[in-house]
Amino acid sequence: MSDWLIYRTFWDLTVTGVALGAIYALVALGYTLVYGVLRLINFAHSEVFMVGTFATLITATNFIGIPLIEEGNYPYRTGITLVAVLLACIVGGMVVSGAGAVLLERVAYRPLRGSGEHVGAVVLAFASAFTVSLIFTGSTRTNIIIGLVGTAPLAVLYLRIFRRGRSAPRLAFLISAIGASTAVAEAVAIWGPRDREQYQTSRVLEKRVLFEFLGTDVRIDYVLVIVGALLMLTALVLFVNRTRLGRGVRAVAQDVETARILGVNVDFVILVTFLLGGVMAGAAAMMFTLVYDQTRFNIGFLLGVKSFTAAVLGGIGNLRGALLGGLVLGLGENYGAALFGGQWKDVIAFVLLLTVLMFRPTGILGESLAKARV
Amino acid sequence: MKKTRLVRVAALAVSLAVVGVACGDDDDTGSTEDTTAAAEDTATADTTAAAGVTCAEGTSIAFFGALSGDAGNLGQNIKKGAELAVVQFNAANAGCQVTLKEFDSQGSPDQAPALATQAIEDASILGIVGPAFSGESKAVNPLFDEAGLSIITPSATNEALNDNGWKIFHRALAGDDKQGPGVVAYIKNKLAAATVGVIDDATEYGKGIADIVREGLGDAVVASDSIDPAAADFSAAVSKMKDAAPAAIFYGGYYAEAGKLAKQLRDAGVEATLVFGDGVKDNGFIEAAGPAAEGSIITCTCSDGASNAEFAAAYGEQFPGETPQTYAAEAYDSANAFLAAIASGAADRAAVLAFLKSYDVAGVTKQIKWDETGEVAGNAVYSYKVEGGAIVVEGLIE
Repeated sequence: MSDWLIYRTFWDLTVTGVALGAIYALVALGYTLVYGVLRLINFAHSEVFMVGTFATLITATNFIGIPLIEEGNYPYRTGITLVAVLLACIVGGMVVSGAGAVLLERVAYRPLRGSGEHVGAVVLAFASAFTVSLIFTGSTRTNIIIGLVGTAPLAVLYLRIFRRGRSAPRLAFLISAIGASTAVAEAVAIWGPRDREQYQTSRVLEKRVLFEFLGTDVRIDYVLVIVGALLMLTALVLFVNRTRLGRGVRAVAQDVETARILGVNVDFVILVTFLLGGVMAGAAAMMFTLVYDQTRFNIGFLLGVKSFTAAVLGGIGNLRGALLGGLVLGLGENYGAALFGGQWKDVIAFVLLLTVLMFRPTGILGESLAKARV
Repeated sequence: MKKTRLVRVAALAVSLAVVGVACGDDDDTGSTEDTTAAAEDTATADTTAAAGVTCAEGTSIAFFGALSGDAGNLGQNIKKGAELAVVQFNAANAGCQVTLKEFDSQGSPDQAPALATQAIEDASILGIVGPAFSGESKAVNPLFDEAGLSIITPSATNEALNDNGWKIFHRALAGDDKQGPGVVAYIKNKLAAATVGVIDDATEYGKGIADIVREGLGDAVVASDSIDPAAADFSAAVSKMKDAAPAAIFYGGYYAEAGKLAKQLRDAGVEATLVFGDGVKDNGFIEAAGPAAEGSIITCTCSDGASNAEFAAAYGEQFPGETPQTYAAEAYDSANAFLAAIASGAADRAAVLAFLKSYDVAGVTKQIKWDETGEVAGNAVYSYKVEGGAIVVEGLIE
C-alpha cells in the first residue's frame, strides 16, 4: 500500500523535496567553503542562518511595515511592490548573515589562530565582562555598563594572549564554534520579544500554483527557491573560479603557508570565505521564510545539522557537492518519510549519509575545493 | 611550551566566555521565582480582615510546567490560575502566607527531571500544580511519587498517566480516554465525515490521543502519519493528506506545530475540516496559522473559564484586561485544593496527600473529587471553533 502511495505522490514529494534540498544546499555551501579553506567545521553557521531569518522578518515587518494579517487575510503584494519587497528581504538577509559570519570569524575563530586580533579581543572582552556581571545583577543596562567598563583592561589582556603567534589546537576551534552557536541562539531566545516562541513572518507572496508538472501543482514559492538557489550557486562558482580573490580562496585551500609566501593575504581570504558562506545562508534564510512564514531562536539547529549532512554527503569542501548533497538529502528525506512515516524523516537522512559514506568516504563528489575543478 | 600553554588558556577563556553568556542566562529560565510580592501587597491592604488560619512561614506550593518554549502559553495560563488562588488565599489569611514557586520546564521531558529534583529538595513545597504536559509527567511523576509530593495536573490528559500506581497523582480534568471518544463522536456525528486523516506529533500526549481517535474511527481513517514537531517542513504528511483527500483531518499535538501544519495543508490545497485536541486550544494557534485557522474545531475536556462570571471577574481584577484562558480555571481549582489542605492544618507532604484523598468540593470547573487512580469525576468534552480569528465555544459534545 505504501508503495502505491509513494507512486501517487511521487512528483508532489519531488517538488517539495527539491525546494527544501535547495535551501539545504545554500546553507551547506557555508560549511563547505569554511571547511575547504580552514579544515574547520563551523558549527555556528546554523546561527548565521537563524540571524538571516530574523533579518528578513525585521526588514519586512519593521522597515517596510507589512502587517501579519491585513483585513483578515495575508498581506499579499503584487507586481513591482512584490518584487521590491522580496528583493529588500533577500538583501536584508544576505547583509545581516554576511556580517554575522564575518563577526563570528573575527570573534570566535581568528583570535584562536594567534594573529593578534583587535576586533575579536575587544568584543570578547566586552562579552566576558558582560557575562560576569550577569551573575550579580539582572538589569540589562547595568550589565552593559559593567561590560563596557571591563572591556578596556580585559581587551589588553586578551590581545597579549592572542599575540603569541601560534594557533590553538583544533579542538579549541570546535569548542569555540559550539559556544558561539549557543551564545547567539540563547541571546535571541532571551532578549527577543517573543522569547522561545515561534515568530511569524508576513506572507507577501500569494502561493498560487504556477503550472502543472506531471500531474502535480508547482507553486510559485518553490519555483523561486529553486531558481534562486541555482543562481546563487552559479554566481559563487564563477566567483571562486574566475576572480582574483577566488583564486586566493583556492590557493589558501590548497596550502596556507605557500599561499602566504606567494603574497596572498590569508586573513583577508578567510574573512571573504566566511562572508561568502554568510551571504549564501542569508539568501537561504529569506527563501526559508518565503516558504514557511516562520522562524524562531533555534530554527538553525535542525536545519544546520541537515545542511552539514548535505555538505558531507556531497563531499565537504566541494561546491557542486553541496548542491548535489542538498538535493539528494531533501529528496531522500521526503521519499523516505512517505514510505516509512514522517517520524522517520531524520533517521532516513542519517542512514542515507552513512550508506553513502560507507562506499564513498569522501562523499559523492569527493573533497575538492583545493583542486581547481570546484 | 610556555607559549602553547598560554594559547590554550586563552582558548579556554574564550570558550568559557562564549558558553558563559548562554549558560549564565539559561539559569534564569530554569530557576525558581516567587510571586509573593503581589500577594503581600494585597495582604497588607487587607490587614483588617479576619486573621484566618495560620501556618508555618515559607509554606509554599509550586507550579511545574512550560512557561516558555513552544507551548509556553498554556503554562502561563495555568500559572495565572494558580496565582489567583494563592493571592486570594493570602488576602484572606494574614497568618498564613503561601508562596507560589515556579519551575519552568519548557514542557521538555529532558529538562523536567532536574527541576523536579529541585522542587523535591525544597521542603517548603507541599504540593505541585502540574506537571502541565503528559510527556514531562511521565518523566517526573515517578520522582514526585517517590518523594510523596502530591501533584494535581490541570492539563496533562494522556490516558495512560493514571495507570502507573502513582499515589500522588491527581488530575483536575478528564483524561484523553474521555476526550478521544469525544473527538470521534464529533467527527462521526457532527461533521458526518466518512473519510478522516489522522496525524500526530509523536509525543506522549499527541500520539496518545491520536491513537485513541484512530482506533475509534476504525476504517474511516484513510491516511495516517506522524510528524517531527521540531522540523519546519511537513511536506511528506501534507502530500499524503492531499492524496487521500479526507473530509476531516485530526491532529494530535500542541498549538505551535498545529499552526504550521494547518498553514501547509491549506497552502497545498487540502480542504478538509481540521480537528484538534486540547493542546491546540490557545490563541498561539491562530497566530501561527493565520487565516488557515478559520473553521478549525478544537476539543477540550477543560471548561470555558470565562463562563463562570465570578471567577472571570476575579481573574480580570488580578490580571487587568485578561480573560481566563485554557486550563486557568482548572489550575485555580487545583491550587485551591492544596490551599484547603494547608488551611486544614496539613503541615507536611504526607498530610496534604491524605487530605486530598478525602477532598470533595464544588470547584469553578466541576465537583472536585478524586477516585483512587487520581481521576476527577465527570467526563464532559467541549468543542470550540475558530471563528473570525478567535476560539469560541460551540458546546458540550453529545
